[in-house]
Amino acid sequence: MTTFRLNGREVTVDVPGDTPLLWVIRDEVGLTGTKFGCGIGMCGACTIHIGGRATRSCVTPVSAAEGADITTIEGIDPEGNHPVQQAWREIQVPQCGYCQSGQIMQAVSLLKDYPSPTDEEIDAVMAGSLCRCMTYIRIREAIKKAAATARGDASNG
Amino acid sequence: MIKRIAAAIVGIGVAGGVGFLAYAWYPAIAPVAPPPPSSFSAAQIERGRVLAAGGYCAECHTRTDGKRGVELAGDYKMDTPFGAIFSSNITPDPETGIGHWSEAAFKRAMRKGISRDGTQLFPAFPFDHFTHMTDQDIDDVYAFLMTRAPVHSVKRDNTVGFPFNIRLEQAGWKLLFLHEGPLKNDPAQDAEWNRGAYLAEGLSHCSACHTPRNLMGAEKASAPYDGAPVDNWIAPPLNEHNPTPVVWTEDEYFKYLRFGSAPLHGSAAGPMSPVVHGGLSEMPESDVHAIAHYLAQIDHSATRVSQDPKAIAWAMQASMKDLVGPQVNPNAKLYAGACAACHANAGPQPVEGRPDLALNNALWLDEPTNLFQVILRGIGTTEGISTVSMPSFYHSFSDADLARLAAYLRATRTTLPPWTDLEKKAGEVRKTLPVPPVASSH
Repeated sequence: MTTFRLNGREVTVDVPGDTPLLWVIRDEVGLTGTKFGCGIGMCGACTIHIGGRATRSCVTPVSAAEGADITTIEGIDPEGNHPVQQAWREIQVPQCGYCQSGQIMQAVSLLKDYPSPTDEEIDAVMAGSLCRCMTYIRIREAIKKAAATARGDASNG
Repeated sequence: MIKRIAAAIVGIGVAGGVGFLAYAWYPAIAPVAPPPPSSFSAAQIERGRVLAAGGYCAECHTRTDGKRGVELAGDYKMDTPFGAIFSSNITPDPETGIGHWSEAAFKRAMRKGISRDGTQLFPAFPFDHFTHMTDQDIDDVYAFLMTRAPVHSVKRDNTVGFPFNIRLEQAGWKLLFLHEGPLKNDPAQDAEWNRGAYLAEGLSHCSACHTPRNLMGAEKASAPYDGAPVDNWIAPPLNEHNPTPVVWTEDEYFKYLRFGSAPLHGSAAGPMSPVVHGGLSEMPESDVHAIAHYLAQIDHSATRVSQDPKAIAWAMQASMKDLVGPQVNPNAKLYAGACAACHANAGPQPVEGRPDLALNNALWLDEPTNLFQVILRGIGTTEGISTVSMPSFYHSFSDADLARLAAYLRATRTTLPPWTDLEKKAGEVRKTLPVPPVASSH
């Protein structure tokens, strides 16, 4: 048995401790916004937050999340209006969309560490989140827009 | 004449042998009826609980290999150069535990390493440290243990081979290496230092893992706190030989020992996790401060702390290396893809919760063991920083990939000479770990 909080709700699951957290979130709990990409923590599609920090859920065993506070794409804003989500819509970042929940979760985490990120900081932190549609330029733009919104900086963008 | 000399030598030898036997022989202490819990006050049991946590009794007296055993019921497998030693049951079960042990028998074991029945105990049980505890503290631990639920559990047999399995030899070992009795107060040092010394050298026995051992399995007196391999990890040096670029100050030690993470050094993973989260977390904050205070003097951090700002500035430059612009170095790509999202720091200080690898202990040690352990195992929420976790990259990287990544990080994030035989060493660490399932599509 492993117990953790998922998007503010306490969840207890009865699965082997080495079950990947991604499958627990998708199959046991039924939240399917978090995607399976590579299965080895090298693409970023499965990114969630554990204790507020971006974490690849496909290579995190559920036992490593005991007692943790977990947030998925469904939980960053009740209306789907987190500044990053707003910026994503306004700039129309997604193309096929598959990697985007992972991109958004990584971006939200990035902005906590670097509220006004430079291109270099964005590249360094987002490098592990791959996008086959090559939306990288719009991702960078959207992150800067979200940063400006979060700062209350109306003139930027 | 020659006969007389020979006779004298034999005589001296016999006398010496008899003397040694007299020294080595201890009587059994008569078994007692298990003391009723009411014979101890609640306050004493609580003090004993905290002390038992701070001495990590349960860590080595609970089975962890195969099925997990009941806490304190023993049978923990300890691999030593002499063979495997299985710890004893220290619940008050009369038959298989210490139910028949009187307080005097328990105290003799803690001070001298002698079992109730008079046999010599192996120093895998760190009585060479517990001997420094006060009578009161030993009595309190006894009160705690004797009020646990008795568990009937027989341990497996040790695999220590001849001649080291002759327990009488332990008496000779003690003659050489046991400094019996409570630690003396050092009047030249302040009260906090003395409290820290009492805990670190006695109850919490830091040097049992952090000091290398000689051929007889005793801590090397010539190299205190020089670091040593333990349980397929490296216990880093705690003295000035610790190679990290930023020194271990009292503040860093305190954060590490209290919260499981020193922002400028890294997290308490592997065997240090239970030390922090299962042991020291039960101790009063002032005691953890005292240990930090004591250890910071061992590594003379105050005399070296002035170099820290320069080291941090250098590390922040190194942290962003190869992450900007076209990525052409295939080894850097491994780092950028798997590690940088959580570990890259732009400075001027590492962000809290974003452990910087250019400052991290694991990269600066003589061997890559701890780096491979952490990459392959990950760090759960019960380890390191208790609110966050690091995934396991067991299936992400082959041993060759791990070797490339480690060589790359060592070359770009430290100023030390390269590690050798990395692929082989990665494989050796991998072999010690259970294989996690692959998160394949389904």
